[in-house]
Amino acid sequence: MSKKTNKPLVLFVAKEKEPLFSKKNRALLTDPLDDNNPITVQVLGICSALAITVQLEPAIVMTISVIAVMGASNVIVSLLRNLIPNRIRIIVQLVVVASMVILVDQILRAYAYDVSKQLSIFIGLIITNCIVMGRLEAFALGNGVWKSLLDGVGNAAGYGFMLILVAFFRELFGSGKLYGYQIIPESFYEMGYVNNGFMLLSPMALITVGVIIWLQRARNRKLIEKG
Amino acid sequence: MDYVNLFVRSIFIENMVFAYFLGMCSYLAVSKTVKTAVGLGLAVVFVLSITVPINYLLDSYLLRPGALLWLDASYADVDLSFLSFIMFIAVIASMVQLVEMIVEKFAPALYGALGIFLPLIAVNCAILGGSLFMQQKDFAGIGESAIYGAGSGIGFFLAILAIAAIREKIAYSNIPAPLRGLGITFIITGLMAIGFMSFMGIKI
Repeated sequence: MSKKTNKPLVLFVAKEKEPLFSKKNRALLTDPLDDNNPITVQVLGICSALAITVQLEPAIVMTISVIAVMGASNVIVSLLRNLIPNRIRIIVQLVVVASMVILVDQILRAYAYDVSKQLSIFIGLIITNCIVMGRLEAFALGNGVWKSLLDGVGNAAGYGFMLILVAFFRELFGSGKLYGYQIIPESFYEMGYVNNGFMLLSPMALITVGVIIWLQRARNRKLIEKG
Repeated sequence: MDYVNLFVRSIFIENMVFAYFLGMCSYLAVSKTVKTAVGLGLAVVFVLSITVPINYLLDSYLLRPGALLWLDASYADVDLSFLSFIMFIAVIASMVQLVEMIVEKFAPALYGALGIFLPLIAVNCAILGGSLFMQQKDFAGIGESAIYGAGSGIGFFLAILAIAAIREKIAYSNIPAPLRGLGITFIITGLMAIGFMSFMGIKI
């Protein structure tokens, strides 16, 4: 990138119209849960994570990992923000995020091996999760440490909230369980209730997110896309 | 015959977008018109078919347990596989930089159209995902990994081309307002994924 490097990446900045400094810091944490949700509004970070929403447990572990990675890398990049030369900032950010992800991956392998096997490559894919890079570019590069930490944790939480929501419906309707425990009672099955095995397949994750977006925008009409 | 089989598998059955949701960000953001979708798709095919074999070499001669045996017998126990994330992403970032310079030089119009998304290929999950799947699948040789890389790139290309064509048509339909844009795109992608599932079980 030769000419464009001097400008901030417009893509991500454009989503925040109001000046962030006038708001309370708390808004940084709560906004991403609904009005500025990373998945349904900013459309970032859908990439890797939908595949692990078949059950609640991997979704929750993934959420915690993303919160840890985003919080830590936002803080580090924010500390380094005046030192990073503009031209190579993407590579610097990738290195920071990759080191954090390696840490998380090694910790998971040590203490939660089963889940880490289940998540397989998707922990590694946090590196290229657009929401991490997006927040680094849009926020951490231009803001102080505390604000960046709040922003990172808030966005990761908003992202995880969506994951857990999708996983909730998929596990409940797909296998009648929640977090591995049977929720739908045996008597239902005797009366002829059948698990919807289709919910376990990947297309339903997309359709579930589509419906969630629909509901959210029907409730919160200022999010409706024009044109 | 194995090669053909792997190629077909990686395009249709293990499609990056429809089976693993990889590369969804750029898939959703660049698929408004067919023209930009083709550009991004080609870039992804190119980058994937280069990076997967390179990362295969890195993996088998540097990173996996015992890979350093070619240096000296005393390195037989060295396991550097915890470094693979950072090595893979470094290879990918430098390759993307290369592609970007080539595109800027030889196709400035395409460079303008792709804009921000060219550097963002570096953080396209499909690219890193290709390399990580390659590592997980334990391919027998560089040929297989190259075919896998090219195949998954073409799979992404097909997916983004198809959704872009559908979105161009859907602009004329009357969709409920809250569903417009992102919502309907997700649901269409889900339906397309169901279609792609019908390829499952094909063996050549």
